[in-house]
Amino acid sequence: MKIQTILAAGAMTVAAVAAQNAQAGAVLDGIKAKGFVQCGVNTGLPGFSAANAEGKWEGIDVDVCRATAAALLGDANAVQYTPLTAAQRFTALQSGEIDILSRNTTATTTRDAKLGLTFVGINYYDGQGFLIPKALGVSSATELDGATVCVEPGTTTELNLADYFRAKGMSFEPVVIENINEATAAFFSGRCDVYTTDASGLASIRTQMAENPADYVILPEIISKEPLGPVVAQGDEQWSDVVRWAFTAMIEAEEYGVTMENVDDMKANSTNPGIQRLLGVTPGMGEALGLDEAWAYNIVKQVGNYGESYEKNVTAKLGLERGLNALWTDGGLQYAWPIR
Amino acid sequence: MSENAKLPPMPTGSFAERAVAWSKKNLFDGWFNTILTLGSIAFLLWLIPPIVEWAIVNATLSPTIEGCAEVTGACWGFVNANLRLILFGTYPFDEQWRPLLAMIVLMGIICGSLGAVKYPGLRKAIIPMWLIGVPVISILMWGGVFGLTYVQNSYWGGLPLTLILSSIGVIFAFPFGLLLALGRQSHMPAIKTVSVVYIEVIRGVPLITVLFMASVMFPLFLPDGVTIDKLLRAQIGIILFTAAYLAEVFRGGLQAVPRGQFEAGDSLALSYWQSMRLIILPQALRLVIPPTVNSFISMFKDTTLVVIIGLFDFLGTVKLALRSDPAWTKYYVEGYAFAAAIFFLICFSMAKYSAYLEKELRKGERR
Repeated sequence: MKIQTILAAGAMTVAAVAAQNAQAGAVLDGIKAKGFVQCGVNTGLPGFSAANAEGKWEGIDVDVCRATAAALLGDANAVQYTPLTAAQRFTALQSGEIDILSRNTTATTTRDAKLGLTFVGINYYDGQGFLIPKALGVSSATELDGATVCVEPGTTTELNLADYFRAKGMSFEPVVIENINEATAAFFSGRCDVYTTDASGLASIRTQMAENPADYVILPEIISKEPLGPVVAQGDEQWSDVVRWAFTAMIEAEEYGVTMENVDDMKANSTNPGIQRLLGVTPGMGEALGLDEAWAYNIVKQVGNYGESYEKNVTAKLGLERGLNALWTDGGLQYAWPIR
Repeated sequence: MSENAKLPPMPTGSFAERAVAWSKKNLFDGWFNTILTLGSIAFLLWLIPPIVEWAIVNATLSPTIEGCAEVTGACWGFVNANLRLILFGTYPFDEQWRPLLAMIVLMGIICGSLGAVKYPGLRKAIIPMWLIGVPVISILMWGGVFGLTYVQNSYWGGLPLTLILSSIGVIFAFPFGLLLALGRQSHMPAIKTVSVVYIEVIRGVPLITVLFMASVMFPLFLPDGVTIDKLLRAQIGIILFTAAYLAEVFRGGLQAVPRGQFEAGDSLALSYWQSMRLIILPQALRLVIPPTVNSFISMFKDTTLVVIIGLFDFLGTVKLALRSDPAWTKYYVEGYAFAAAIFFLICFSMAKYSAYLEKELRKGERR
């Protein structure tokens, strides 16, 4: 009995300390003190995060960090970027080297539960597909039995490929090439029948690397789910709330049709209560999150809504349509939790 | 017999006659050499014109994607349009004069130090130059004082980063490697064991593993909230790695110095350090100039591996530029050719300097 009491008391103390730590907002306070958000990004993935000719980071992943900085600090440029490789990214987050990881990271159970991470939203729904030359005369991935497939090693792509062919009872011959330039060159020179990677990647490879893009098609089958989104470390719920709602505000702004251009007008004249809540005309949302009431206004004014960010980065750079990433009202999956 | 009698008679006659005589002797000396000569000429004729055609005749410098699409040759416009990104990486655009200036200062110090062989007056200036130069470079790169905005070193990149990583690598790896080499030769068992174990362990793993451990594993062992800078970790990894290789190079030099030289030092009642400094090391180091420079060249090129831990050295910024806009991606051959040219230029200069140094230091042995 006594031991049980002590144990229970101990467990509660630990829980209380943990809760206190969580509420203490160590990350959030750190960001406020230093005055910028440290954001981990990809070392170069056009449309998601890549340096432009002036060396500035751009992309939809970068925009999530900018939106967070705009909401928390009032300035979308108060972000410092740490380019990270796939292997480094979680260590950087766990060790506190970065505050937020926005690096086309697939949300999975093990990452969420075992690595002590929190996925705060999905800013890009992707999935693995197949690119083939039209001359192959194949219209479905189910007809690919015995094909040679170019694939990059050490990625989930390689594993998904093996899973898919095994599940369908088909055989394939992998051609594993480390470097993306060499891998695509091998594909376009006819070294393999099929090239596989995420659909976003296939589309850009087809438009940018093929001599004649019309000679190549992307097969309709998407063989994996790759929900990509920003991640923070567990332990500072206040901070993960800020990131989650900063990103949500971008989608909600698109749902309401609030854009970088019309945001001032909307703030002054809109009678829609949802917009008034979003832009802080009706106060309360900022207070709830511990932010300035103009938090969402700052996001839209400085970064734009989700659709604008997508258009500017993904569509312009990769020529990709919205697809799964359209708003739910347009048949896509982007659906903002209500801000109220 | 006088020396001159051995020389072949001076060729006489017109230029054409001499040319024919020269080529008969050097190019068409027997059927085997004739075949080799003709084969080499055919090979060069096959190899060079397409390269020249691609790289110069059909190439363009026009810094637009449209301009590049029009030509069949090289698109140097890719390099032209992204030159600042390639040279300085993601360093803030308006502040890029700082890494440029830092690079010039660094090159100045390096040239000054290397020139001390020819101009002994510079020798006394080497240490002050570095003592002043390194803080100046740090201030330029980091900023945060004198009205310069602070720039995190995750923004450093390109040629300045490559030069900083390799020159700091050389400066620290050299003395460390020397100590390890002496440690391995030492009669004190503890020092000897530590040196041997260190050298063998580090030589036994690839640099990429050292960098990877430093960048991915090491932070997990630090207490919460403590982070050691990524660049610093990479720099330390490079120093530790190069030092192990240099140690073995220096050991070779130490072993080549005749036993009698050590005994000479002892018989003059010089201390260990005195005899090392005055007698042994000058001879040992001179002997190993070629392998030492070889190590430096390979370290210089190895700095490109930092790309796997998300730092953009010069090769990394070329890749960064290739991904800056997907439309540029297909011009990767031009990007890598440009990087190769710059790397070659630097490595070739190092090799040339090493040859000069050897000649200069062997003056005493020439007869």
